[in-house]
Amino acid sequence: MNDTNAAAPIRKTIRVEATPEHAFAVFTERIGRWWPPHYGLLSQPRHELILEPGIGGRWYERAADGTELTWGKVLAWEPPQRLVLAWQIDGTYQYRPDFMVEVEVRFLADGPGATRVELEHRNFERYGEYAAGMLQALDSAAGWSLMLEGFAAEVARAD
Amino acid sequence: MTYQMESLTALADPTRRSIFERLAQGPQAVGELARGLPVSRPAVSQHLAVLRASGLVRAHAEGTRHIYRIDPQGLAELRAWLDRFWDQALESFRNEVHASAAPPGDKRNP
Repeated sequence: MNDTNAAAPIRKTIRVEATPEHAFAVFTERIGRWWPPHYGLLSQPRHELILEPGIGGRWYERAADGTELTWGKVLAWEPPQRLVLAWQIDGTYQYRPDFMVEVEVRFLADGPGATRVELEHRNFERYGEYAAGMLQALDSAAGWSLMLEGFAAEVARAD
Repeated sequence: MTYQMESLTALADPTRRSIFERLAQGPQAVGELARGLPVSRPAVSQHLAVLRASGLVRAHAEGTRHIYRIDPQGLAELRAWLDRFWDQALESFRNEVHASAAPPGDKRNP
């Protein structure tokens, strides 16, 4: 029963003009530069978002004053082809080692100097009893601003 | 937002989750659902009412029976938020890749 309509994972694909090696490096080493800035779970502005390389590497957020919040860990580290992250934040903003949803990312060469990045976010139904809190946490920081940004981007594209 | 939160709260209950997962395999009547679960038929009906109110399942009558099925629209709402998140995150990832992938010799490339 893991692959039902109910549990259908979110799948996204994006093509970038770069080699898989470069795409993998940007995804991991520069995650703090591309992760949407208002998607932090600290009560203060995020200073850094860090993904430690290698299996078991910690994925965490750090504020300017040094406060850290762990998001999860690396489950699979196969540069430049594949990365699996455990996202271990429950709906109370807490890191819980016994909770996780998985994000798998594949980097597939797509012609010279281009890469198709395939992302799968699965198990999100596991938020279960924590889901309301999780959505509240995300929404408080990002709900309307995200929608308005999407709207603005759409308007710009329509020109 | 409220709608999505109701959906997720509805699935917080383990019995409701198993009802929901059974319906994901195909439409069923209350009686069939109740036979496979360690709860009474009235309890199953109550859980179904919650799932229905949250937009996750819908029902239609076939004679005297009510057949329940997953409401794809409710599920779509539930996933929409994370879906939008990844659209934005990956777009921003691509911008970062391109900003840092200038050809060799390009002075803008650190």
